Amino acid sequence: MLEIKNLHARISDGREILRGVDLSVNTGEVHAIMGPNGSGKSTLAAVLAGREGYEVSQGTVTYLGRDLLSMPADERAREGLFLAFQYPVEIPGVNNMYFLRTAINAQRRHRGEPELDAGQFLKIVRAKLKDLDIGEDLLQRAVNVGFSGGEKKRNEIFQMAMLEPRLAILDETDSGLDIDALKMVARGVNQQRAPGRAIVMITHYQRLLEYVEPDRVHVLQGGRIVQSGDKGLALELERRGYGITEDAA
Amino acid sequence: MTASSETLQTVRSLSQEGYKYGFVTDIEAETAPPGLTEDTVRFISAKKDEPEWLLEWRLAAFRAWRETTQPDWAKLNLAPIDYQAATYYSAPKQNAGPKSLDEVDPELLRTYEKLGIPLREREALAGVAVDAVFDSISVATTFKEELSKLGIIFCSMGEAVREHPELVRKYLGTVVPQNDNFFAALNSAVFSDGSFAYIPPGVRCPMELSTYFRINAAKTGQFERTLLIADAGAYVSYLEGCTAPQRDENQLHAAVVELIAHEDAQIKYSTVQNWYPGDAEGRGGIYNFVTKRGACRGARSKISWTQVETGSAITWKYPSCVLEGDHSVGEFYSVAITNNRQQADTGTKMIHIGKDTRSTILSKGISAGRGQNTYRGLVRVQPRAQGARNHTQCDSLLIGDRCGAHTVPYIEVRNSSARVEHEATTSKISEDQLFYCRQRGLGVEDAVSLIVNGFCKEVLKELPMEFAVEAQKLLAVSLEGSVG
Repeated sequence: MLEIKNLHARISDGREILRGVDLSVNTGEVHAIMGPNGSGKSTLAAVLAGREGYEVSQGTVTYLGRDLLSMPADERAREGLFLAFQYPVEIPGVNNMYFLRTAINAQRRHRGEPELDAGQFLKIVRAKLKDLDIGEDLLQRAVNVGFSGGEKKRNEIFQMAMLEPRLAILDETDSGLDIDALKMVARGVNQQRAPGRAIVMITHYQRLLEYVEPDRVHVLQGGRIVQSGDKGLALELERRGYGITEDAA
Repeated sequence: MTASSETLQTVRSLSQEGYKYGFVTDIEAETAPPGLTEDTVRFISAKKDEPEWLLEWRLAAFRAWRETTQPDWAKLNLAPIDYQAATYYSAPKQNAGPKSLDEVDPELLRTYEKLGIPLREREALAGVAVDAVFDSISVATTFKEELSKLGIIFCSMGEAVREHPELVRKYLGTVVPQNDNFFAALNSAVFSDGSFAYIPPGVRCPMELSTYFRINAAKTGQFERTLLIADAGAYVSYLEGCTAPQRDENQLHAAVVELIAHEDAQIKYSTVQNWYPGDAEGRGGIYNFVTKRGACRGARSKISWTQVETGSAITWKYPSCVLEGDHSVGEFYSVAITNNRQQADTGTKMIHIGKDTRSTILSKGISAGRGQNTYRGLVRVQPRAQGARNHTQCDSLLIGDRCGAHTVPYIEVRNSSARVEHEATTSKISEDQLFYCRQRGLGVEDAVSLIVNGFCKEVLKELPMEFAVEAQKLLAVSLEGSVG
């Protein structure tokens, strides 16, 4: 589904953050990308989602057989790539429900499906809210405005559940969460696990992996994947810290 | 089909690209020779078969106009206007005063259909009574009969002068005197038509009254005059919409609107202004110099202005409230957009004279492209206005880095018991917001329009439903090409 080869990327001040990332994610899999602060985790997520301000100097990314890097950000989203933001953005005056319906309908139009009217949409919303144990009041507020940190992350997971992406990238969705919110995020991810879908969790800590069992774990350090393994690698990292990878690298 | 879904559809079909109302109607017109002298004023007055007092009133205005100069205090950069090159009267040729829509030139009706104001259908659909002003002349007023059963007068200004001279004479110029300012004086001298409405005591007008203004003829100024009176305990909601053809030269629009609210009366006045804004390089477009003022004459009266200003090359406009009656209320809700080379200097004046008068100002300015957007507002509390209160909220949104937003509040308080609050914010549409929307699948322009609509929400919700939908689409169209 996703094939990253020798990806190099720099930020606007010219510093190279990604220095040859290789990663292959198959449909149906859940991957965890771990790494210390400053290793390039969030840059990788941003480059994959098509955020401006990054320059890819080398390498290729193939998504569903297409050149991902040549697609504008909104087209990537409409092709089923979802990014759960580390810092979800506030949009004052825009009702959360309205925002989500606009997004879903943009994606449906792209797929040649009929748009959802308010009634149909609400029905799906109610079902998903129940699945995730999220209060309806969250939807009546403006997008992320006045949300607590936990509410923002819940909202991201809720959007993911509603949009049903083919590839979901979670950028440190677990950071700064209390245990209840963390469990909710985990539940959301587990519910999204499906044969036709891949999930990439970017995380600094191992604790999310106590609730979501990844198929593969990768260590990103110095802008490269320096080690890959099964879930055992995450436990090892937890025990020994990221220092172990320096030997491996 | 309901009225609102029809409006929606029409607006949508008109919203395909750029300015949708830029067509010209090929119609025979009767036009005054260019230039402005006493003779022009006499010509217009004679054309309209006006009584002597009104001609004298116009001539006094003309003399006042000659003695004043065009104001230059606004933050507007405009070429000198050659007032002698413009034409001050242009009327579509038709048998004087159509009695019904059947007598109106079908070409005119087609024009209004293209604009999304099918007069015929509107007549059949309850809800909105329309007075359509084409160039200088009111061409059709719908729903007149139903309204007259309630004693409501809704007609063109010309007809009001003929049929209800006592009302016109009693109120005309009492809120905006002929010599009020340069543009009001100009309007008073040469106004050719406009709308007139009178709501008798205790009557709640059962439908929205609406005027659509359309400039068609080239090199012609439009100077309509609106006079709206809500007698004691009456209520009326009034809508005003404006469009003009796309032309390379600038066209002048100098209107005057006067509102009078007696004891316990309420007037809600909404405008969606979409005059041609000029092209991306700033060629052409309407110069919009408008004086709008309402007098809350009676106790507990209320006047509420809501405006969505998306068009015009230049907007100079300060809908104001003079709060004379004790406990009277003035409100001003505004969205002003400037894109490309558009310039807007707009705001309000709230003059607190009576006791316990209250006013609310909510202004949302959006600048994109090389647009310049100035909020200019005056809050004045007179010595007798014990307990007066004002709250002003002034927000500016910038899109891109070549536009400008300016806030110029004037606050004059002469009563120590008054409470006056002013809040202002300036923000930019952030890359983060845009990226967040795009990451969910919205295209750039949809994302901008969503964010801008959110920014304007508190103002848009003040508009009557049908208008709000139209306004939202307009915001999106006005900002096309502003990002990326």
